Amino acid sequence: MRSRSTLRILVSRIAALAITALAFLTSSTMAQTGEPIRVGVLHSVSGTMAISETTLKDTVLMLVEQQNARGGLLGRPLEAVVVDPASDWPLFAEKARELLVRDQVDVVFGCWTSVSRKSVLPVFEELDGLLFYPVQYEGEESSKNVFYTGAAPNQQAIPAVDYLMAQGIERWVLAGTDYVYPRTTNKILQAYLASKGVAEDDIFVSYTPFGHSDWQSIVAEIKRFGGTGRATAVVSTVNGDANVPFYKELANQGVNASDIPVVAFSVGEEELSGIDTAPLVGHLAAWNYFMSVESDANYDFIDAWLAYIGDEDRVTNDPMEAHYIGFNMWAKAVEKAGTTAAPAVQDAIIGVSVPNLSGGMATMLPNHHISKPVLIGEILDDGQFQVVFETPEPIEGDAWSDYLPGSRDLQADWTAPRHCGNYHTVEQRCLAGDTD
Amino acid sequence: MPLRSFAFWLGLLLCALALPTAASLRDDINRLGDVSNDTRGEVLQDILASDHPGVEALFDAYGRGALYLDRRNGTVVQGERKGARYELRDPLTGDELGVAGRRDVRRLRVDNNLREELDTLLALRQLGTGDPDARVAAIRAVVAAPTSGSAAALQARIAQEADLTVREELEVAIGVLALAGEDIDVIRRSLPLLAGRTDIITRGALATLSQRADVPKELKRQAQKLMTRAEEKLRWLARIEALFFGLSLGSVLLLSAIGLAITFGVMGVINMAHGELIMLGAYTTWVLQQVLPGSPGLALVLAIPAAFLVSGLVGLVIERSVIRFLYGRPLETLLATFGVSLVLQQAVRSIFSPLNRSVVTPSWLSGSWELLPGLALTYNRLAILVFSLAVFAALLALMRYTRLGLQVRAVSQNRAMARALGVRSHRVDALTFALGSGVAGVAGVALSQLTNVGPNLGQSYIIDSFLVVVFGGVGNLWGTLVAAFSLGVFSKLLEPATGAVLAKILVLLGLILFLQSRPQGLFPRRGRDGGT
Repeated sequence: MRSRSTLRILVSRIAALAITALAFLTSSTMAQTGEPIRVGVLHSVSGTMAISETTLKDTVLMLVEQQNARGGLLGRPLEAVVVDPASDWPLFAEKARELLVRDQVDVVFGCWTSVSRKSVLPVFEELDGLLFYPVQYEGEESSKNVFYTGAAPNQQAIPAVDYLMAQGIERWVLAGTDYVYPRTTNKILQAYLASKGVAEDDIFVSYTPFGHSDWQSIVAEIKRFGGTGRATAVVSTVNGDANVPFYKELANQGVNASDIPVVAFSVGEEELSGIDTAPLVGHLAAWNYFMSVESDANYDFIDAWLAYIGDEDRVTNDPMEAHYIGFNMWAKAVEKAGTTAAPAVQDAIIGVSVPNLSGGMATMLPNHHISKPVLIGEILDDGQFQVVFETPEPIEGDAWSDYLPGSRDLQADWTAPRHCGNYHTVEQRCLAGDTD
Repeated sequence: MPLRSFAFWLGLLLCALALPTAASLRDDINRLGDVSNDTRGEVLQDILASDHPGVEALFDAYGRGALYLDRRNGTVVQGERKGARYELRDPLTGDELGVAGRRDVRRLRVDNNLREELDTLLALRQLGTGDPDARVAAIRAVVAAPTSGSAAALQARIAQEADLTVREELEVAIGVLALAGEDIDVIRRSLPLLAGRTDIITRGALATLSQRADVPKELKRQAQKLMTRAEEKLRWLARIEALFFGLSLGSVLLLSAIGLAITFGVMGVINMAHGELIMLGAYTTWVLQQVLPGSPGLALVLAIPAAFLVSGLVGLVIERSVIRFLYGRPLETLLATFGVSLVLQQAVRSIFSPLNRSVVTPSWLSGSWELLPGLALTYNRLAILVFSLAVFAALLALMRYTRLGLQVRAVSQNRAMARALGVRSHRVDALTFALGSGVAGVAGVALSQLTNVGPNLGQSYIIDSFLVVVFGGVGNLWGTLVAAFSLGVFSKLLEPATGAVLAKILVLLGLILFLQSRPQGLFPRRGRDGGT
C-alpha cells in the first residue's frame, strides 16, 4: 500500500514540476487589483541547503496566500517574489540586491545559515531593506535592517543546559561542527558552565568537519568520558546532516538516551523525517516550538500547512513558527504604520505582540530579537517530540551574550534616542557609527 | 444464528467472571491519563500486579509514547498516527477502536525517567523468563536503574538460577547493588566479585564507593585499585578498537573509491559524477525498501544487484552521451562530468524531494558484537568491511580471469595495439565505464547503512575517492586497497590525539608531501606506457 502511494507521489512530483513551470509563466501575466505589496522570499531551493530552506519558502508562500484570503494589507494584495540563491553564499547577496532593486520588494523573508545572513547584511543595510531571519543562531549581532525571529543562544542552549543540570548531569561533552555557530555557542556554554561551578576536567569539547560521517572514535571517546560513573550528557551543535551517522553510531555502540542523553540544537521534525528514528528515542532537542505542542493555534497552523502542501505526512518545525511569528509581526507593523516603507515599519514593529504557536505571545524587542518560550523535547519513535520541559515565562532574546567577555557590556536598542546595535554600556557610546 | 447467540452468552459469562479484575485494571490504565509523577509508580505497580498477559505490550506502548488520552471519553487508548489521523486500539487487547483527529487525543507524557522505570518493572518480571541472553539483559536493566525491591528480587532469583553465566551475572549484579548499601561487611565480600569488570555500571559503583565518607580507608583503596585495573584494561581495548575503527573507515574509503579506480584508474577518465553514481545506488536501496515494506533486510540484499544495474546504466548513458566525445581531453571531461553531477543531484532533488530519505537498518545490522567485555564491534561496520573485501575480490577476479577484463587491460595498456588485434575499443570503453559506475552504485547500498541518503551524499565521498586512487597509484587495484586501508588506519590513530578536524588536515598534508616526492602513487602501473 505504502509503496504504491510513494511511487504515485514520485510520478506526481514529476508532473508537478512541469505544472509549476507553466504556472510560473501564467502567474506573472495575471492582472492585479491595486498596487500589490511585494514580499521577497530568499531561500535556497537548490544546492545543499535546499533540504531545509525549501520548506521555509513554502511557508512564506502559504502565509502570503492566507493574508490575501483575509483581504491583503492596507487594502492591497500581497505578491510573493521568489528567488533561488542556490545555497551559494555570494549569490545570496546578489539575489538580495536583485529583490530590493529590481523587484522593489517591501520586505524579505530568508536565509538559513549564518554565513548567508552575513553575506546579505551589507546589502540590506545599504539599501535599507527589511529582512526576517527565522533560524536559531549564535547571536553577537543586531542590525537595524534585520529581525531575528529564531532563537538567540540564551533562548536555546542555556535553558537546555539548565534542564540537564536539574536532571543531575555533572559531566559535559560539547560536540559541534567546526564553524562559527558551534564555536560561539560552545564558548558561551563553557563560560556558563564554569560560572555554575563545573570543573574544566568535566567538560570535553570536540569539533568535527562539515558532513562528518565516521563517528566511531568520537563516540568511543564519549563513552570513555561518560564511563566514570558520573552522569554525562552531550550538548550537540553538530550541523544537520552529520547528526544521522552520529546518532546511529551512538546506538550501535550501545549508548542510549538513559546512559548519555544528547541534546541537539539543530535536529527538528524535518530532519527526523529523513531518519530511522528507532536509535534516537529519548535523546533531546531544545527549540521554541514543536509540532506536538498542544494548542489550538498550533492545530490550526498544522491543518493549514498540510492542506496547503497537499501531503499528510509533512511536518512543521521551529523555523516555520519563526516565519509565522515574523510574518504576522510585519503585517501588524505595516498596519500600525499605515505604510510599507522600511523606516516606518522599523519604528512601528518594536513592541508589537503576536500569538506564537505554543499558546503565548511573542513580542518584538528593541534589540530586534523576540521573546518566546523555550521547550525541551524528547525524540519519540514516530519522529515527533515529547515536550518534557517548558520555561514558565517567555525568554527575551539577547543579541549580545552575557557570558562572553567582549559582548557582556554591549546592548542593542533600536528605539529613539539610542538607535544603536552595539551600545557600550560602560563607555556609554555606540561602537558602530550609524546612529543617524 | 443459535451458534452466534451461544457465543454471545458465553462471552457475556466470561466477561462477568473477569469483570472485577478487568474493571479495576481498566481504571488503573485510565488513571494514567492524568496521574502525577509521584503516584505514577503505584499505578504502574498495580497494573503489573494484575498479571494480565497484555501488560507487557501496554508498557511497551507507553514507553514508545503510543498511549493517548481520548479526550472524548477520558479513556486511555493506544494510537498510531497515520498522516493527520490517529488509529486507535485497545491498549490491552489490541481491538480496533476507530480513528480520531489530532484534537481528540492527547499523548500521555513519556520521558527517559519513565522509560527507565518501565524497563526496570518489566525486567524484574522477566528475570526468570526467556533464554539466558534475555535473562542477562533483564539483570543488567535492573542494575542500571535499581529500585527499592531490586536487590531482594535478584537475591530471590539466584537460588533458582541454573545457568552458570546468568548466575555469575546475578552475583555481580547483587555485588554492585551492595556497594551502594550501608553494610560494610557485605561491601567487603562483594568487592572481589567485581574484579575484571569493565562495564560502566560497575565502574560507576566503584567510583561512588571510593568517594564515600562512611567507608573504611582500605575498602576505598581496594575499590580504587579495581578501578585503575579496569581502566588499564580499557586502554588496551581502546587501542584494538582504534585499529578496528581505522580498518572500518578504510573499507568505506575502499568501497567508494573502487569504482573510480576503474573509471579513473584504468580508463583515465576524471569522473566528477562518481559520487552521484554512489548516491543513485543509495536511492535504489530506498526505493526497494518502499517496494518491499516490512522486509528491509531482503530489500537491502536485492538492492546490491539492482543498484549495480541502475548506476551501471546511468554510467553507460553518461559515457555514450558525454564522455566518449572527450577522451584524451581531461580538462573538458572534468568540467562536463561536474556538470553531469549537478544535473543528477538536482534531478534527484526534484523527483525525490530535497529532504533526506530514511533507509531502514535491518535488525541484523544493528547493535554490536561483544568480542570481549569492553570491546564491542558494531555489526554494520563489520558487514561493510567484509562486503568491501568481497567486492574487491570479485572485481580483481573479473579483471584477471574474464574476457572483458583482458580486453580492458589490453586497451588501457596500449589502445592502438589492442585495436590492431581486433579489440573493439569503443565497446570496451563503454562497458568499463558502466562497470565502474555499477560498482559505485553497489558502494551506495553499503553507505546507505552509515550515512544520510540525500542528494548531497555523493559530494562527501568524491574528494576522498580521488585521494585514495591517486595515493594508491593510478591504474592499480591493489594500490587502491592498500591506500584505502592505510589512510583509514592512519587517520583513526591520529584522531584521538588531535581531534577530527586536525586529523583530516594532517592526513591531507601527509598526502601532499608524499605525492610531491612520489607523484605516481604507492604502486604505479607497470607497462610500456605506464605512468604517462
